Amino acid sequence: MERMNVLICGGTGCTSSKSDLIEQEFTRLLQEKGLEKEVKVVKTGCFGLCQKGPIVAIHPDRVFYCQVKVEDVSEIVNEHIYKGRRVERLEMHDVDEATQEKVFNIDKIRFYAKQKRIALRNCGVINPEDINEYIARDGYMALGKALTEMTPAEVVDEIKKSGLRGRGGGGFPTGLKWQFAAKEVNDQKYVICNADEGDPGAFMDRSILEGDPHSVIEAMAIAGYGYIYSRAEYPIAVERLNIAIGQARELGLLGKNIFSTDFSFDLELRLGAGAFVCGEETALIASIEGKRGMPMPKPPFPAQKGVWGKPTIINNVETFANVAQIINNGADWFKSIGTEKSSGTKVFALGGKVVNTGLVEVPMGTTLREVIYEIGGGCPNNKRFKAVQTGGPSGGCLTEKDLDSPIDFDTLVAKGSMMGSGGMIVMDEDNCMVDIARFYMDFIVDESCGKCTPCRVGTKRLLEMLTDICEGRGTMETIDELEKLCYTIKSTALCGLGQTAPNPVLSTLRFFRDEYEAHVKEKRCPAKVCKALLSYSIDPTKCKKCSLCAKNCPVQAISGVPGVEPFKIDTSKCIKCGACMTSCHFNAVELR
Amino acid sequence: MKSLADLKALRDQTKKRLDLRDGESDYRVVVGMGTCGIAAGARPVLNAFVEEIAKENLKASVTQIGCIGMCSYEPLVEIYDKEGNKTTYVHMDANKAVEIVKKHIGQGIVCENYTIGAK
Repeated sequence: MERMNVLICGGTGCTSSKSDLIEQEFTRLLQEKGLEKEVKVVKTGCFGLCQKGPIVAIHPDRVFYCQVKVEDVSEIVNEHIYKGRRVERLEMHDVDEATQEKVFNIDKIRFYAKQKRIALRNCGVINPEDINEYIARDGYMALGKALTEMTPAEVVDEIKKSGLRGRGGGGFPTGLKWQFAAKEVNDQKYVICNADEGDPGAFMDRSILEGDPHSVIEAMAIAGYGYIYSRAEYPIAVERLNIAIGQARELGLLGKNIFSTDFSFDLELRLGAGAFVCGEETALIASIEGKRGMPMPKPPFPAQKGVWGKPTIINNVETFANVAQIINNGADWFKSIGTEKSSGTKVFALGGKVVNTGLVEVPMGTTLREVIYEIGGGCPNNKRFKAVQTGGPSGGCLTEKDLDSPIDFDTLVAKGSMMGSGGMIVMDEDNCMVDIARFYMDFIVDESCGKCTPCRVGTKRLLEMLTDICEGRGTMETIDELEKLCYTIKSTALCGLGQTAPNPVLSTLRFFRDEYEAHVKEKRCPAKVCKALLSYSIDPTKCKKCSLCAKNCPVQAISGVPGVEPFKIDTSKCIKCGACMTSCHFNAVELR
Repeated sequence: MKSLADLKALRDQTKKRLDLRDGESDYRVVVGMGTCGIAAGARPVLNAFVEEIAKENLKASVTQIGCIGMCSYEPLVEIYDKEGNKTTYVHMDANKAVEIVKKHIGQGIVCENYTIGAK
């Protein structure tokens, strides 16, 4: 009989820091001690706190060990599992600000305390490769209920009533989408799960697929024949989906006559090559059909004419992950969470300049401050918060004055950004906003499919202008042109990728125009990021004439006489590598 | 899988095993497993608790702790209820464990004669 479970994170992040070896070591040592029957080792999906990975949770003790190394395993087995003494040095904890005491209770740790997990409810709790564990947590009950106790119209109605909106970025009401497809008369209809997650820094969908693949499969069955379109760069997610689909077929939860009804449903997995544009639904459908992944004008919408010309429901991974919960607990329950127009929760991939990077799920309407400061722990090293970028390359920046506004689909749009798929990148005073805009534009130029001119040519011109500004060649006219072109692309591009591509530029211009102007008027980068505008110099009053900087300079740009004359940098030779700055023990090298 | 009832049966089979990860239980049984405890026979006591609780289908978690401090009374077991009230049982063995599970955890009746106060 098992008395203890050791849960080890098998998400992509923790796997890359050797969680698989940790799992093997636990299994080996438990066998050595003869504890393998008492203590079960389970590989789960993502726990969310990726910053502190690899994570090992021990239940029922509710202890989370973080940044566990293979060498630590024997201590955990010998001390905790065998003798019941927790290994405090590895335990995840907060420090109580009032008493300065460590808080170990996992349910009280701020990172988790503020979260509400619906889409992620099984991630980090169950073994994603074991359908029985999913079933034990009421898995496939919603499908059973939908098939045996509800009519299709009731299912659509329940989803509509719940107020669930597309989690992939657009925020379109899911129930309405399903209703459109249901109304179409056709012998074949399709369901597609869009798992082509492409925003830089976003990994919500990957984590759901890795941690709880059955939740998506069940929802797709609730919704007709389906495809899951995932990117080939998600090997762990793909492997687990294949295992999950196989197990569901074996139990008869996929295939013919499910629950002895006349409903038959099956799934196929299609792998995309990782083009960003294939996250756009019409391009994704083209890619499934074996064509080049390029978008088509809408209408017709996929709900009328989608894959193979048949009515198609296409939803994002996270959207699907909510469906079974809504059927099980009812639309009213879901509606009670979140805000009036955006019900439920949203998963964010929190990254950038924040202490706790990772995956968080919060009710809609939670403020940015709560997410960034209470859950995320604020900017590291006491740096000043500058902005947060939401919605990836299609979104925009929000600044300090927006920190207390609640997050939902509509407020973010009103503030000039968007929900997007849930990437949330925090920036501090060391980030140059022009450089950030250039980074996103560089991404878009790479990912533009080339079908329409505004996007293909326009974004390239935007990138050139941004580069000019970053490298000191920009003028005030460049900024005007930049802004004008942004609006042209916005109103003329064919698909969502192009229409939203200028957003990062427009929102940084709106909030940080002074930074743009400093680049062109004073040829100065206030955040000291744009290399072309920076120069290194040595403060002669601080220089101890030790010659260390000159010795470390790779291009002999520094001259001086050791012990006699302070050293000097010849800026015409300097390549701005920063080697002098790192080598100086007296902080005499300055960057301006 | 032919019906919703089949699915429910399968769910209930595995559910017990997963309850361990929920962190919600009526009672928390803590077995002293320091070297002294193990030497005095704490391991069979621990296993008896785990098995009996499962057999009786009760909501209680069993965890272990290091040396509780009164080595001459080992094996020691502490049982906490939801309010955090603690009962300490001493000189435990597997048979006493079975009885305590049935009475204390099952019916809420403390087995006074096995507690530290009775010694």
